[in-house]
Parts: sequence; structure tokens; C-alpha cells
Amino acid sequence: MGRKLDPTIKVKRGPGRKARKQKGAETELTKFLVEGKTVVGRKKLSSRARKRAVKRAQVTKEPKQEEKPKKGFSDENNKWLKPAQRKRKIEQSEEAEDSDSQWEDDDDDNEEGFINKQMEEEDDDDEDMVDDYGADEGDDQDSDGEELLPIEKAARKQKKQTSVKPESDDDDDEEEEEEDDDEEKEDLKEDEDEEDTVQANFDETEQFKLPGAADRAKEGLLQMDLQTIHQRIRDNVDVLSHFTEKREEGKERSEYLSLLRSDLCTYYSYNEFLISKLMDLFPLSELIDFLEANEIQRPVTIRTNTLKTRRRDLAQALINRGVNLDPLGKWSKVGLVIYDSSVPIGATPEYLSGQYMLQGASSFLPVMALSPQEGESVLDMSAAPGGKTTYMAQLMRNTGMIVANDANADRLKSVVGNIHRLGVTNAVICNYDGRQFPKVMGGFDRVLLDAPCSGTGVISKDPGVKTSKDEADILRSAHLQKELILSAIDSVNADSPTGGYLVYCTCSIMVEENEWVVDYALKKRNVKLVPTGLDFGNEGFIRFKERRFHPSLKLSRRFYPHSQNMDGFFVAKLKKLSNTIPTAPKETEDEVESTKTETAASSEQIQKPESKQRKPSSTPEKSNMGKKQKLKQKKSEPPIIRKKAGVKSENKKSDGPKKAKIPKLDGEASKKSKKPDIKQKVKELNGDSTKEEKKEKSQLEKKKNKMERKKLLKKNINRMGKNKFRKLKNVLGQQESGQ
Amino acid sequence: MLTCFGKKNIRLTILTYTLKILLIDRPDGTYCFRLHNDRVYYMSERILKLATNISRDKLVSVGTCFGKFTKTQKFRLHITALDFLAPYAKFKVWVKPGSEQSFLYGNHIMKSGLGRITENTAQYQGVVVYSMADVPLGFGVAAKTTQECRMVDPMSIVVFHQADIGEYIRSEDTLT
Repeated sequence: MGRKLDPTIKVKRGPGRKARKQKGAETELTKFLVEGKTVVGRKKLSSRARKRAVKRAQVTKEPKQEEKPKKGFSDENNKWLKPAQRKRKIEQSEEAEDSDSQWEDDDDDNEEGFINKQMEEEDDDDEDMVDDYGADEGDDQDSDGEELLPIEKAARKQKKQTSVKPESDDDDDEEEEEEDDDEEKEDLKEDEDEEDTVQANFDETEQFKLPGAADRAKEGLLQMDLQTIHQRIRDNVDVLSHFTEKREEGKERSEYLSLLRSDLCTYYSYNEFLISKLMDLFPLSELIDFLEANEIQRPVTIRTNTLKTRRRDLAQALINRGVNLDPLGKWSKVGLVIYDSSVPIGATPEYLSGQYMLQGASSFLPVMALSPQEGESVLDMSAAPGGKTTYMAQLMRNTGMIVANDANADRLKSVVGNIHRLGVTNAVICNYDGRQFPKVMGGFDRVLLDAPCSGTGVISKDPGVKTSKDEADILRSAHLQKELILSAIDSVNADSPTGGYLVYCTCSIMVEENEWVVDYALKKRNVKLVPTGLDFGNEGFIRFKERRFHPSLKLSRRFYPHSQNMDGFFVAKLKKLSNTIPTAPKETEDEVESTKTETAASSEQIQKPESKQRKPSSTPEKSNMGKKQKLKQKKSEPPIIRKKAGVKSENKKSDGPKKAKIPKLDGEASKKSKKPDIKQKVKELNGDSTKEEKKEKSQLEKKKNKMERKKLLKKNINRMGKNKFRKLKNVLGQQESGQ
Repeated sequence: MLTCFGKKNIRLTILTYTLKILLIDRPDGTYCFRLHNDRVYYMSERILKLATNISRDKLVSVGTCFGKFTKTQKFRLHITALDFLAPYAKFKVWVKPGSEQSFLYGNHIMKSGLGRITENTAQYQGVVVYSMADVPLGFGVAAKTTQECRMVDPMSIVVFHQADIGEYIRSEDTLT
């Protein structure tokens, strides 16, 4: 019977000798084999296979027929029989390969063939969970033979699995299926607690147990399963929110927090620095929402170009092209959000003719806050790619003038393109570093500064930010932003009839780049915060960790991906009060606390230079002037030393009314006569009470001066108490010895 | 900034597309053409004054760029001038919706894509191409007179492509 089978060989029929000879295997077997068995494209059976086929045909009938299609994964049944999970398949295939002839259906070739097929199918049908039958059969059949019904096999398999690997079901659901069985088992050991908690859920007693140091070390070596980490994060957050009730005895809050931090880093792929920063910014429940929101894209939004069309008409035209869209919200009259589209939204003829522009929803906000009016001159300091510039132009109806500047020449090309496409005619585009600006051109009515930042608000657009930012980056950005905001303020014309506004915005959520920069500007320039005009969004921070900001920072606005469903953003609107730039002394003054009283401050400045001017003219000794000025400005000195200095520089503390006295006294003269000195000192003490000096000194000093004054007024001006006189004597004595 | 020679050149080219030049004196102020880096920009006098503050090497663009002078001093009109010239176009060509995309990719217009054409278009006349919704799509040159267009077979070219708004995406870099 070793003849090769060939269907084309003709079988001899008839009464002759040749007909009586043994016919080929195929013809013999056709008598026995059932019809349904033969399949087109099926491999040729070997001798053993044929024997088996015959035996099968004789022995069993119905159960066999049921099994055959499923067992064999024969070609005709491949389509409807989808194997369930890859893991089980791999196990099964391994086992199947090891198994012997118990697997009756196919020979070795076939086995490998269909296993490969299974693997291929798995690639397609990763998530098809429905039928366990196919998957389970392999394992069970090896042990039990083929006589069980498929459902029984499935049940047995299930039992096995639940006893050995309780969590493998969950794992199978996971997208990550790279773990080996060993890892799962070890995970089990660590996660027994969680398993208990899962089961104990029904008992209403949960205890989230922190893994000890040994467990953590183990985790570091092995790869933890993401589902487990996620579960642990959730439990951890739960414990931390109800710390007193749910905490484990003896475990500190910081331990829970550090575990949470490392889990978040692993699960969401952030670096430690950024996660710590985010944990400082958000309460824990919001933190999870924020991180989740960063994983998905924000919806695509477009802005209608009202210079060329109306939102209604544009929406109609796009719907006709097959775009699914909606108005953006109550707060915008030009925005549209795109749900899905059959045509590329950035290449429709409407886009090309400039009827709309692709722009993130958060980018509408700073321009709405700035609200440039027709006929104004506006500066956009970091204009690329030109979305905000063109929005401003459409609000101004192509009147007035816009200067669009960007430091990066390549990105400027997109600004040019967009400006021309959208039909903006009042724009001038230039390529300066923003910090040069007041020198190049100044006196703008309004300025928009969309400062370059770390991009922590747009993580959904650029996941690289998660791992690439660290402390130095943030501080570098903050430094640049501070320089830019000062230049921007200097470019605004405070006396503009319609404007005098600056809007500072970033696409970052870090306090160092937002509130801190605005606070810095408040201290350095004559500006104040005004309401942005945006009625939604979170208020800016007034205090954060160890920093304290000006209370008006409440008027700035923060936007988050998880609460407003737009990119993370910060907007602050400032009004410039005066064109004068405060000079250096103002910076060193700690006393000027209320920056809101800018008018008072500016008047103070005006007075100061005047007073300073007066002094040089009045005193003959100019060499002392420098010293005296320095001494005057030292506020941190304690009063006693102040007094000394006052005594030393007695000439100096004079003002207009005291001018006459000054020329009399010299440093030398003070040495000679004590009494006149004392008199002088008294007069100087009086003189100290003048307004300008009051503001310079500390409050303590003021008080002291007041007290002294009162005393002096009460008593005879020339008389002094004994003790006081003694003190004075001592002081003068020291002064003389010092000189 | 702009030499007489240059201006003449521009005017010639523009005349092939439009009959009137109404662009200098406008109700909302005087506008002018200025040359900067071999490109011709069209802007109002107000903006011109402001732009003088900016140094030449830092200035990228002013107002609207109409076109540029090539190395051999020929004037090439850019698509960015479309919005200004389209309203003044004497000779227009409408494209059927099916061939719209083809023209936006830079191909010439065939008879099969031709929707309408103004009467008495001469051969090699500059035309403005519109879509059926009256949205200007670009510039072209008529390859055939209107009469010939009626008689010629559907696969022959009737309008040569010169500039189209698809260039905003295709050649963004060359706009400046």
C-alpha cells in the first residue's frame, strides 16, 4: 500500500486481471471515509493518517462529527471558529506540540500548520473572547482523550485556571500579553493583598496594604502588570483621600505618596520631576483625571474667518462635504468643533480659500481677552503659526495695524502663509527676538504675548514632554518669559486712548511660568491685573507652596484638559498704568507692599528724584553725599545704628525747610561742639518726620521718631532728660572716638 | 523702492488678468506697491510708515505679497494676489466640482472639467478660475478661445494652470 496517491490515476474497472489487483489507497478508503471529510486544498494523508481516518469513521459517529470541526481547526471551519486568547493559544500550542498521537486529527505537519494559523488568527482577533471551546480543547484533550463534549472541556479548563491562576483572566483582557507564567505567579504573591481586597469587597472591609521594601525591590526587577498598577493606584488614592479611616497601622502618609508617585510614573510614562510637580498642583482625584485626559486627544476645532464668510454658511458648506460638526460653545461665535470628517479637514477648498483656520479652542481665549478694537495698533510677540494674529485681524476687520513677530524664521513662513490665505491685509511680519521690542518699535495700543513655555498643558499633543522636562527647563523658560513680559510691557503705550492692555498667556500649567512671571511683572512695572472677560475657567493661584503672589492674580484664568476639555492654558490681562519705568530703588524697597497704590508710588518716585536733586545742591560737601545716600537707603539697619548714621550724616537729612541749617554744620563742626550737635540732632529728628523720609524708613523707625517728637514737643526743646543726655553723650563720645 | 521699469512690468502682467487697476486709490486710504527682497508687496500707506521702523533684514512681509521678480526680472504673479484681482477679472472660467480637486493639485483643466467660460475669451488670455460656488480657485491662461472650446474633444486642455490655492499647502515655504 505504499503507492503514491494521485487523483489523476485512473482506476481500472471491469472483470479483467488488472481490475482485481489491489487498488490505490485512495480508492480503498473512499469506501470507508465519510464524504464530509474530504476538503478542497487539504493536504494528502500519510499512511498512518489514512488508517486513523478509517478507524475514526468506523468507531464514532456523532460526537466525532462534532469534535472534528472544532478539534482540527480544519480549514473550512477556521472562519467561524476564532481562538480566544493568545496566551492560551501559546500554552496550548506548546502543549499540543509536546503531545503525541493522542491528537488524532492531524499529523505533525498539520499541527504546526494550524498552530501557525492560530497564531495568525490571534493577531487579528486579539480581543475576541467569546468561545473558549477552541482554546481549551488542546489542554484537556491531551489529558482526557477526545470523548468529552466541548462544554465539558471548557468547564474543566475553567476550573483549572481559576485554581492555578486567579488573575490570568484579567491579564488576558489586557493589551499587554508579554508576561510569562512565572511573572504572573510572582505578581500573585505580591498582589495577594489586592486579591483579598477584591474578594473582600463584597464583605465591605478593604485594606490596601503597602508592599514592604522587599516587595518593592522585587518589583523593580520584574515588570509589573499594568492592570495591577492601575488597581493599586486607585486603591492608593482611595486610602489617601480617607486617610484616617483607611490607613494601615504604622504606615506614614509619605510612604503611600511615594508609592503612588512611582506607580503614576510607570503607568503614565512620566518622569519623577513632572509627576511631583503635578502632585503639588492638583488634589489627588483631579490628578488622575488630568493624567487620563492627557492620554487622549482634544477634539479638533476650527475658527471661522469672518473676513470671508459666516459661521452658518461655512458649517453648511462643510456639512455638504461630509463633515460632522457643532458650534464650539456659548462662549465663542466663530468656533466649530469637528467630530469626524470624511474629507481631510486641512485640505478642503474652503480651507484653501481661507474661510476657516484649524486652531485649538484654548487659543481663542487670549485674543478674546485682549479684544483688539478697530483702528488700533497691536503687537503679537510670538506669532507663529499665526492663528492668534489672524483672529486679531478679523476682530479688527483689517483696519489698524498688526505687527506679527517671531524669533524663529522657519516658523514665520507659516505665519506668512496663513496671513495671506486668510486675507489679512493690515499685518507686518518681522523676525526679531521679542526682547528687542521696545527699541525697534513701541507705543502699541495692545500687546499679546503668547510666551514660549515648557508645554506641560499640551501633553496630549506632544507626549515627549512627559519625560523630557526637568527643573532646569522650567526655570529657563520662566527666565525668558520674565524678560519677554517686561519688554512687552514696555512696548505698550499706557496713554493710549483706547487701550494700554497686555495679555500674557502660556500653554503651560506650571506656576513658575504663569503666576510667578505675572507677579514679577507687577513688582517691576506700573501695571495692574484686570479681569480677562472670560467667565469660565479656574482662577489663578494666589499662593502656592512657599510662594505668595499678589491677590489680584485671582483675576487670571487657568484652563485644564480635564475640566474644560481644551489644552492646558493660562491667561492674564494686564493694564499699564504709567509709562514711567520704576527705577532701581523701588525694587530694593521691601516696604512698598501694596503695588495697587501705583499712583502713590509713582508720585513717590517723582518726589524722590526731586529730593535727591535738592540735596546735592544744598550741601557743599559732595564727597559725603554718596555715603549719605547709601546710608539713607539702608532700611534694614536697626534704629540705633540708624541714629548713629543720622548723627554722622547729620547734615544730610535735611530738606527744604532745613536747608538753612545745613551749610552751618560740617562733619568737623560736629566734633567741636556737642551741644550744637545735640540741637542739630534734635532738629534732624524733627526733620525726620517729613513725609519723604517717612516712607523710606521702617515702621519701627517711624514709631520711634514719633515718640521722640512727642517727647520733645512736651518738654522744653532744649531740655533733655538725664538718662537721655547720658546716652547721647555716650553716642557722641563713640562717634568722636570712631572719627 | 520700486523702479518704474518694475512697475511697468507688473502692470503688463496684471492687465492680462484684469482691465482696470483700481487698487491704488481706494475709499479707505491710499495703497501702494513696494518692492522688498525681489517681492512686490501691496499695502496701505499707514502700514508703510510703520514698516519703515523695522530693519530690512528682519522684515519678512508687509501687507500682501502680490508676486516676485525672477532672476531675469520677469514678474511672476503669486496666488496670494487672488483676493485682490479676482473681483476685477474680466474673463472667468468655472470648473465643475469633479475637476476642482484636480486643478487644486496643479493640473491643467480639461474640456471635461469645464463648466462655464466667459464669452469672447481670446486664446492665451489670462483668466481667473472659479468653482461652481463662485469661490475663486486660482489663475490660468486660456488655451483655446471660447468658440474652440465648444468644438474641441473632452480630453483636450482648455485652461493652462498658473496658480491655485492648493499652493498654500503644497508650497508653503515658497510664499516667502
